[in-house]
Amino acid sequence: MNEWIAFLAGKFNYWGFIVLMMIGIYAIIAKKNLIKKIIGMNIFQTAIILFYVSTAAKRDAGIPIITHGHGMSGHSARAVDYINPLPHVLMLTAIVVSVATLGVALTLAVKVYRQYGSLEEDEIADSIRARAGGDQ
Amino acid sequence: MSQHLPALPVIVPLLSALLITMLGWFKPRLSFPIALAALTVALLSAVGLMGRVLSSGAAAYGMGGWNPPWGIAYHVDHLNALVLIAVLAAALVGLIATRKCVKEEFAERIVPFYTLFVLFVTGLAGILLTGDAFNLYVLLEVASLTGYALIGIGEKRAPLAGLNYILMGTIGASFYLLGIGYLYLMTGTLNMADLAQRLPAVYDSHVVALAFFICLTGLFVKMAFFPLHGWLPNAYSHAPSAASILIAPLTTKVMIYVMIRLTLTVFTPDYAFDILDIGNAIVWLAVIAIVMGSALALAQNRLKHILSYIVVAEVGYMVGGFWLGNRAGMTGSILHIVNDAAMTLCVFLAAGALLTRIREDRLAGLQGMFRKMPLSMAALAAGGLSIIGVPPTCGFFSKWYLISGGIEAGHYGFVAALLFSSLVNVVLFFRIFEIAYFEPLGQGHGHHRNDPSPMAEAPTSMLAPLVVVAVLLVVLGLYSGNLVSAIIQYAIPAQII
Repeated sequence: MNEWIAFLAGKFNYWGFIVLMMIGIYAIIAKKNLIKKIIGMNIFQTAIILFYVSTAAKRDAGIPIITHGHGMSGHSARAVDYINPLPHVLMLTAIVVSVATLGVALTLAVKVYRQYGSLEEDEIADSIRARAGGDQ
Repeated sequence: MSQHLPALPVIVPLLSALLITMLGWFKPRLSFPIALAALTVALLSAVGLMGRVLSSGAAAYGMGGWNPPWGIAYHVDHLNALVLIAVLAAALVGLIATRKCVKEEFAERIVPFYTLFVLFVTGLAGILLTGDAFNLYVLLEVASLTGYALIGIGEKRAPLAGLNYILMGTIGASFYLLGIGYLYLMTGTLNMADLAQRLPAVYDSHVVALAFFICLTGLFVKMAFFPLHGWLPNAYSHAPSAASILIAPLTTKVMIYVMIRLTLTVFTPDYAFDILDIGNAIVWLAVIAIVMGSALALAQNRLKHILSYIVVAEVGYMVGGFWLGNRAGMTGSILHIVNDAAMTLCVFLAAGALLTRIREDRLAGLQGMFRKMPLSMAALAAGGLSIIGVPPTCGFFSKWYLISGGIEAGHYGFVAALLFSSLVNVVLFFRIFEIAYFEPLGQGHGHHRNDPSPMAEAPTSMLAPLVVVAVLLVVLGLYSGNLVSAIIQYAIPAQII
């Protein structure tokens, strides 16, 4: 039992990201409302950002800014004193990507709403069927 | 200047996007010439890269003077130089052919359309050239986001199809990102060549296997591999015809390239085919993809829907051929990337040409089209024959390699699926030809024989590129032997026989 708790607690950041990811996927698949789907998509992307950022953390390490920088040679920075900055930098890009995706998705949702007067998937499907019937 | 050649296919379209947007405020008419010039420069530098690879072998290029593995490296070899030329040539032809179409369909919005399109090409060229796994993700999203917008910009059902594409595409791209994250945790590097060096030490780790499967699943979504193909048919058939002509030949092919690159360069064939030993399982998935793609194509009654499902089946060809794991299969797969780009461009362009004169692409509405638009229909016929795999066209040769790869590997299910799909394609295209060959029935007066519907071809600016592509299908077929012996055989690692 204790081993299990240690297993769960020791990797809590991974559990967190997996739970968020599953919430996101669930919303994308199961929800009928387009905005809820889009929110699910964003949760899904955020989960992966959380995963990356949490892997950068280290015990007893500070932010990666070398305080004794220019001109003060002699001191060499030790990597163990700093958390890994690379995942953060990568995620800056990923955040930009996810904001852009969200923007495009919401724009299209507005277009869909103007066209069908609804954001519910089943109502939209009904009105598509009605229009297709009207054509023939 | 010439040492910066690998950066040009990406940088030039990227800067031209900026230029188009800025000048577009004052002179929207300049958008097309700028896009044309940018893609021409990109294509010429791709041809230059190919020349350099042929004369002096593969080379790496450090972006911004930062040497790999710290900086972002661009890597050029036989495989990506070939696919790059195919992609940029298809984009350029598509751009020229859709000029009128874009003007009519987008009128006020040609500046955003061309901006998005050159950015789309930037993304694809970057995916092909980059040697950095994370940079690939960013460029993948550049190509995808612009693709979503180009599809969603249309009318009627296009925004809804675009939205579904976003939801699926984002899951795919995020899976790829997650897989790369696992690889980074295990090795501490993102450079592909560096990853390939460090991975063998941790091959027995489950995390690496998981990373491989997650990346592969993400790419399968992006390339519309059968059970994950849901976004493609609606997105491609409801998109404005200019957008579908430009996007359909490119996206899936580039994603297949990424799969090949990831398997051959990052994970090495030893890992994928021997340690994990998943080749056989994926070929069976490809068999299902081919059979289901073809069967679903048969169930459609609109031209663009049929063509979209054919694309789904063709993805199965390429994935299956690659995972056969022998030289013939991989040759077929890589050759088919080039051929399928040309074939898909040809048929979607022909469909676009037909749609300039008829309102809807229901098959019943195609009656009399052979008389009304003989050249467009002839080009559609050429594309159709190539997709079926009739000898002098290029489709025959790649299918020949794929089938001989299947026989060599003893995978008769794959061979049977290819033959089944060819038969279905015969039925599909001859049904279209049959409908298009007969005149529509006259309105009950019985003298329709005397006034056949007049010829009304698509505009020349569209027709000329279409005829060029149709002829190219035969030329590609005739020279496919040279293509294989001069380029493709060097793209496959020597250990694969």
